[in-house]
Amino acid sequence: MKNIISDETMEYVGILAKLELSPEEKEHAKQDMGRMLDYIEKLNELDTTGVEPMSHVFPVVNVFREDVVCNTDKTEEILKNAPGVKNGMFKVPRTVE
Amino acid sequence: MSILNLSALALSEKIKAGEIKVTEVARLVLDQIKETEESIHSFVSLVDEDAVMKQAALLQEGIDKGELTSPLAGVPMAIKDNMCTNGIKTTCSSKILENFVPTYSSHAVEELEKAGALLIGKTNMDEFAMGSTTETSAFGITKNPVNIEHVPGGSSGGSAASVAAKQCYFSLGSDTGGSIRLPASYCGIVGMKPTYGTVSRYGLIAYGSSLDQIGPMAKTVADCATVLEVISTYDEKDSTSMKRSDTDFTAALVRDVKGMKIGIPRDYFTEGLQVEVKEAVLKAAEVFRSMGAIVEEFDLSLVEYAIPAYYTIASAEASSNLERFDGIKYGYRTKEYEGLHAMYKKTRSEGFGAEVKRRIMLGSFVLSSGYYDAYYLKALRTKALIKKAFDHAFASYDMILGPVAPTTAPKLGMSLSDPMKMYLGDIYTISANLAGLPAISVPCGFDQAGLPIGLQLTGDCFMEKKIIQAAFSYEQEMIQKEVE
Repeated sequence: MKNIISDETMEYVGILAKLELSPEEKEHAKQDMGRMLDYIEKLNELDTTGVEPMSHVFPVVNVFREDVVCNTDKTEEILKNAPGVKNGMFKVPRTVE
Repeated sequence: MSILNLSALALSEKIKAGEIKVTEVARLVLDQIKETEESIHSFVSLVDEDAVMKQAALLQEGIDKGELTSPLAGVPMAIKDNMCTNGIKTTCSSKILENFVPTYSSHAVEELEKAGALLIGKTNMDEFAMGSTTETSAFGITKNPVNIEHVPGGSSGGSAASVAAKQCYFSLGSDTGGSIRLPASYCGIVGMKPTYGTVSRYGLIAYGSSLDQIGPMAKTVADCATVLEVISTYDEKDSTSMKRSDTDFTAALVRDVKGMKIGIPRDYFTEGLQVEVKEAVLKAAEVFRSMGAIVEEFDLSLVEYAIPAYYTIASAEASSNLERFDGIKYGYRTKEYEGLHAMYKKTRSEGFGAEVKRRIMLGSFVLSSGYYDAYYLKALRTKALIKKAFDHAFASYDMILGPVAPTTAPKLGMSLSDPMKMYLGDIYTISANLAGLPAISVPCGFDQAGLPIGLQLTGDCFMEKKIIQAAFSYEQEMIQKEVE
């Protein structure tokens, strides 16, 4: 394996991905990611100098509409899906100390 | 012939002719599910029986009154569990969405309901559509109805299995890297991924947004064309939805391939391709030739770069799309936590399965500063080159013919231990997603173990009609040969 993923990199990726892995999971993930990167680096065989990155195959343009409410009030049904609800709002852990 | 064996269109004719009632069909399907579901497990959730019967009666009324005239009116269908269905649980086969009940339906489902199709249930899939076997589902695996010791393919494995097991007459799947075509091939049915932008993604829970596309899975090419015609309407709620005026796909159900130019990429027939698959596909090519098509071999190039480009792009988009699952507005939330960020992390770590976490982490990494150019942009540049290779091919050919997958369905439990090997199973399907192309999977034989083999026809963007016509011609020719 060419790509050796350090503990620091794993820590950093965990922050970006908002994932907290157990020590065993972490070891496994390091191996997996190293192997995947080795594989992806196959793309380096290709000369892509001067090639524009293509994010979409077709041109993508924004779709505008008038800023008017067109959906019905579904507050109750929507809140039914929330793990925490208080006074008709989403309940979240304290965000400001 | 048993009613359950009929195609969606043949069933529709019987309903229209008054030979069978929608309620009778619904009862047959519900009984078939009762009999087969325990061994196959196509569904994550089933619509309540009473609700199905009530809806069936309503649909029959609409047909009798002449209000419902679509060929799909009264036809039982199944929907992959990553498409929102109003009031019906939609889980993406993930623990993180185990109790999610959408308050709206996806555009494609709405169109089918307007046409009078009867929703039976939500089908099992690889978690968040990440996988090729339907074994990464948080709610148990689905088995291949042809042989229950084998996987049905993925990620739309439940959608394929439900059609193959005659639990419904057609289903919807989604295809990000082959997730409709691969299970269709493994289960011996027809599956089609249309040109990117043809079917609205509104209400489809996103995996790789620039690659995701909804498509039909059914017993016949004609059924697929009919379903696709119904769901291919423009939708302003998806900014990538296309205004197309050529979505009368059933007009292409014509048996004629004379003069069609079909290219077979030499570079598809390399190491790793099962001999029986190779032989079946080349035999199909001969059938096309005998029907008057011009079949030639050519070099497509860049075939081996599609998978690494795909996993970079799809993982990057997944890492962004799946950030919304944070335990606040819907879905699972961890029980004990200290503070907001710990809650996010614990919720996601407990809620997502291993394959999903693997791709989120890879995606986060390739998008992170310092690596973005080297990995993510490199993949997007490769995508541009792949698209160019296809443009070049379609300058000479009407379509490309090849296998759907290198092998027939693997045995259960053989794939997940080596993800890299599983990824290679998508080698022939992935490039159609990168280049936005339409492609169809049609059965073309069996291997010695009796497992189905799929033939793939890939067309240029917006050229669905060409591949539908070719696939239909092939299918009809094979039916005729069987009779003879």
